[in-house]
Amino acid sequence: MSRYVLNCGYVPLADCAPLIVAQELGFAADEGLELNLLRQPSWAALRDLLALGHLDAAHMLVPLPIAMSVGLSGKRVQTDILMLLSAGGIFVGVAAALADAMRVQGWTGDLDDPRGARAALEGAAGGRHLRVGVPFPYAMHHLLFRYLARGTSLDFEAVTTPPPLMARGVADGELDVFVVGEPWGSVVVEGGWGELILPGAAIWQAAPEKALAARRDWAEADPGRTGALMRAVYRAADWLDTPSNRALAIEILARTEHLDLSHQALDPSLTGRIVTRRGTAPVEIDRFLRFHRGATTFPWRSQAAWIGAQIADLHGRDSRALALEAKAVMRPDLYRAYIAQLGADLPGASAKLEGAMAYRTAVASTRGNMILGPDAFFDGIVYESPPA
Amino acid sequence: MDADTHILVVEPERERAVAIIDALKEGGWTRVTVLGDMAGLARKLAQIDPDIVLIDLANPSRDLLEQVSAASDAKGRPVAMFVDQSDDTMSQAAVAAGLSAYVVGDMLPERIKPVLATAIARFQMMAQMRRELEAAKQALSDRKTIDKAKGVLMRAQGITEDEAYTLLRRKAMEGGRKVIDVAEALLTAADLLK
Repeated sequence: MSRYVLNCGYVPLADCAPLIVAQELGFAADEGLELNLLRQPSWAALRDLLALGHLDAAHMLVPLPIAMSVGLSGKRVQTDILMLLSAGGIFVGVAAALADAMRVQGWTGDLDDPRGARAALEGAAGGRHLRVGVPFPYAMHHLLFRYLARGTSLDFEAVTTPPPLMARGVADGELDVFVVGEPWGSVVVEGGWGELILPGAAIWQAAPEKALAARRDWAEADPGRTGALMRAVYRAADWLDTPSNRALAIEILARTEHLDLSHQALDPSLTGRIVTRRGTAPVEIDRFLRFHRGATTFPWRSQAAWIGAQIADLHGRDSRALALEAKAVMRPDLYRAYIAQLGADLPGASAKLEGAMAYRTAVASTRGNMILGPDAFFDGIVYESPPA
Repeated sequence: MDADTHILVVEPERERAVAIIDALKEGGWTRVTVLGDMAGLARKLAQIDPDIVLIDLANPSRDLLEQVSAASDAKGRPVAMFVDQSDDTMSQAAVAAGLSAYVVGDMLPERIKPVLATAIARFQMMAQMRRELEAAKQALSDRKTIDKAKGVLMRAQGITEDEAYTLLRRKAMEGGRKVIDVAEALLTAADLLK
């Protein structure tokens, strides 16, 4: 018998997997929870239903709870990130003609060379105004591309495009560039309309992608309820990141009613084998979509601060103030209180220098040492969040 | 009544769009524009220049409007979702009815509220009609399933239609289940034994 039935909203993408697995494999039931999984047609609908209390918790783009909390997206409601759900899983791509022009600039298609790709894109664009498809204004897709383009001659506007419509936008010539989660980038490639040029991690290796969000008043009202939800999702993420479980994960995700995605569509995101240009062999991307390893679920305050600073830049607001507000959205305190009960190893600190780890690095943790990183930015900058 | 307010309805389904326009016209708003196709939305918005945008909460293209509200519209006026400006009760009513609305520029709440109230009422009515239609469809499909199950029983047991139905009902009552569930189980089993 479940003690709690929680209304959990999600958008049908591969990275909502931890919520689905938590319910379908019984991690939620172990905690006395039943997750009522409610699919939403858009981020805006998901946001409004969470803000108005129709949902208890939601799978969200990491920047969205921050934008909600500072009043930039919908009704201003203090919305917290209880933990992260995923990192990676997204790609920057360009229309076929632009890719050809990039090759003329000497671009070789190397996914590990963001500076080279950027220079080629700059040269290929030649000062022309670019239209960049992103799924939502407050999405890492948008913020990472802006970060990549900063300080260049790239002149662009972000065009909000729901992922399933991204391929059509590129095919119709409405979009020159697109930043989108799998499988929607692969759909563009299959059609021959465009090519994938960089995974999101090439811009920021540690970039968080989706979060588990809840209104602060809800999160703090009942520690038993919040803790149970977080533990169930944590265990689901751990299960998902065990390589031997990936095949079964694809089965579960494709078979349940929650996603409208086929095996073939889910396969690239969960295996990391991606075709970046039609007619070429798939490339293997290490740790493409991550759920658990390297403390992926840990809500770093410093990551929120970086995102806050990017949002401030977007709106010409005070960077330090917004970074501080963003920091408060992350709840490592709740994470420590509730996840520690599972005997899990936790990072020693709740904020770090972002971009300081070029390689996998052992850092102090509650039980000794844990391996974190890499978390480098493509430009080698180390971001230090303002102290609260 | 405020006939000046220019209302944009974003709705790809013609019938629904007409229903909303009718309600607004009855309410005295004559400047109503409908947009069915979301392609090139930002440009179209600038041309249409509405005061209020109404859109179904379930419309997957709703995120496209967010871009306009995230920056400001082509004429430099702020675009806000109405929940910023209106009261919570009305927001709740709108969301419950499946409606979202965007207010363009600085409209006074007394001009916004009657439009929303009218739209909410019409959305509720449409939702109710949709539910009734679904229920009718379900009932029809249930009857077909039960008829099929009766047919299977009649052939297998050599009994009449009434006896077959009585049998289904008795099984359902014994198991605390619905007749339709028993009928479905029977058909699945019959299919497996073919």
